[in-house]
Amino acid sequence: MNAALRLVNLTVSYDRHPAVHHVSAEIPAAEMTAIVGPNGAGKSTLLKALLGLAPHIEGRIESTAKRIAYLPQQAEIDRSFPISVFDTVLLGRWSRFGGFGAAKHVDIHDAQHAIEAVGLSGFERRPIDTLSVGQFQRVLFARLLLQDADLVLLDEPFAAIDSKTVNDLMAVIQRWRAEQRTVIAVLHDLDQVRRDFPNTILMARELVDAGPTARVLSAENLLRARAMAEAWDEHADACDVPMKLTA
Amino acid sequence: MVVIYEYLIAPFADFGFMRRALVASLALSVGGSAIGVFLILRRMSLMGDALAHSLLPGAALGFLLGGLSLPAMSLGGFLAGVATALISGVIARFSSMREDASFAAAYLTAMALGVLIVSLRGSAVDLMNILFGAILAVDETALVLVVSTATLTLVGLAAIYRPLVVECFNPGFLAAMGIRGSVYHYLFLSLAVLNMVAGFQALGTLMALGLILLPAVAASFWAREVWSMTLVASPMAFASALIGLLVSFHAGLPSGPVIVLFASLFFLGSLLLGSRASVRARLSHPVHLRG
Repeated sequence: MNAALRLVNLTVSYDRHPAVHHVSAEIPAAEMTAIVGPNGAGKSTLLKALLGLAPHIEGRIESTAKRIAYLPQQAEIDRSFPISVFDTVLLGRWSRFGGFGAAKHVDIHDAQHAIEAVGLSGFERRPIDTLSVGQFQRVLFARLLLQDADLVLLDEPFAAIDSKTVNDLMAVIQRWRAEQRTVIAVLHDLDQVRRDFPNTILMARELVDAGPTARVLSAENLLRARAMAEAWDEHADACDVPMKLTA
Repeated sequence: MVVIYEYLIAPFADFGFMRRALVASLALSVGGSAIGVFLILRRMSLMGDALAHSLLPGAALGFLLGGLSLPAMSLGGFLAGVATALISGVIARFSSMREDASFAAAYLTAMALGVLIVSLRGSAVDLMNILFGAILAVDETALVLVVSTATLTLVGLAAIYRPLVVECFNPGFLAAMGIRGSVYHYLFLSLAVLNMVAGFQALGTLMALGLILLPAVAASFWAREVWSMTLVASPMAFASALIGLLVSFHAGLPSGPVIVLFASLFFLGSLLLGSRASVRARLSHPVHLRG
C-alpha cells in the first residue's frame, strides 16, 4: 500500500488533556478514507493536526502531500460577512495570486467552471448570506476544486445537508479519487461510509481500528468506540505510555 | 442668497479655525469610515470604543512631559492604544479569557491611569479638552497629522484588503494556507488606533470613534459590500461634521458632541428608512416573489 500519510504515535492535547491519544495509522494515497467516531473523539483535532494547526503535538506525522485543501465545519465561517459567491470561490486560487497579486484570466475562467460544476450557475454575484446551508457547502466545494490539492481534508462535509446535495457533492469527491487525489473525510453517517469509503479510521481519542471499512466498522469495534468515549477525567494522572514507541 | 451665504459660507470664509476644522473633518471622514466598516464586520465596534478610551494614559503622559503639545500627546496616545491592543490580544491568546473581557479590563485600567496622570499637572479644563476634544483648536500641525493619517489609512487598507477580508470571514482558510492572519489583524488595529489618535484632537478620547463608527453602522442599512458600505459611510460622516460645525458655530454649542449627535441622526434615519434590514423594510410588506 502506498501511504499518503503516516501517523506515528500521534498525541494532540489541549491544556495537557489529549484529544488524540497515541494514534498510529496509515492513510493510503489516491484513495478515500473516512474518519469515524463519537463526538469528542478527536476527529476534527486530527484534521487540524494534519493541517499543522493543532496547538500541541507529540509523535510524528509523515506526509507526502504537496498541497492540502481543507473544508472546515461551517461554524468556523462567518456566513453573514458581505462577500459574493464568486469572490469566495476564487479564493481557492490563493496559492497563485496570494494576498496582493491579481487573479489571471485562467483563474477567473476556472472559478466560473467550478461554480458550474457544483451546480450554482447564476449565483455568482449573490452575497453568501443569502444562501442556504446546502448551497453554501456547494460554494466551499467549488473553492476546494480550485485549490487543486493532492490531499483533501473534509470536516463533516454533509452535516445538515439534504440528500440531493450530498449526492452531487459525493460525485465531486468521486472525481477527486479518479484524479488520484487523496481524500480524508470526517463523517457520521455509517451507511454512507460503508457505501462510498473503502478505508476507515475508527477512533475514540485512541485508535480503535484502521483499515478496510468492512472490517473496521464491525459491531464489536463500534461498541468499543462508544465505551471509550467517556468524558475526560479532570484529575487524570500523567500518561505513562512511553512516547518513543516503535510503531 | 445673502442669508444662505451668511449662514453656510461665511463662517468658513471668515474664520481660519472653521476652515481648518472643516478640512480636518473631511480627512477624518474619508479615512475613518473604512476603518469603521471593518470594525463592524469584525464585530469589534465596542472593542474599538474601548481601544479609543485607552489612548488616554498615553496622551496624558505626553501632556505631562510636553504640555498641551499635539505631537507629544498623539505619539503617547498611539503607543498606548497599540500597547492596549497587543496586551489584550496576548492575554486572550494565553489564557482562557475572551478578548472582549480582556479589552474591558485593559481600557478601564488605562482610563483610570490617564485621568490620574492628567490631574497630576493639568487643570479640569485640560482634562475636559483631552476627554472631549477641541476641533476648533485644530492647527496646522494637527491638520498635517489628520490628513497624513487619512492617506496612510487608505493606502494601508488597500494594501492589506484581501487578507484582511479573508481573516474577517474565514480565518481558518488563511491558517490552512500557512499565513498568519493575526499579522493583518494587528496591522488593521494599528491603522484603527492611528485614526482614533487623529479623531482624538477633534472629538476627544471619549468620542473619537463617533465619526468612525456611527456612519459605518448607518451605512450597513444601505449597502452590503465592504466597498459600497465605505462609499456610503464617508459622505455621511462628512455631512455630520459639516452640519455639526455650522450648528455649533451659530448656536454657540461645543462642536464635538454636536457633530457626533448629527452622526447619530444619520444612524437613526438609516435605521428607520434604510434600504435593507431597516424599520421601513420590516414594516412595508411587499408582495413576495415567485422564487
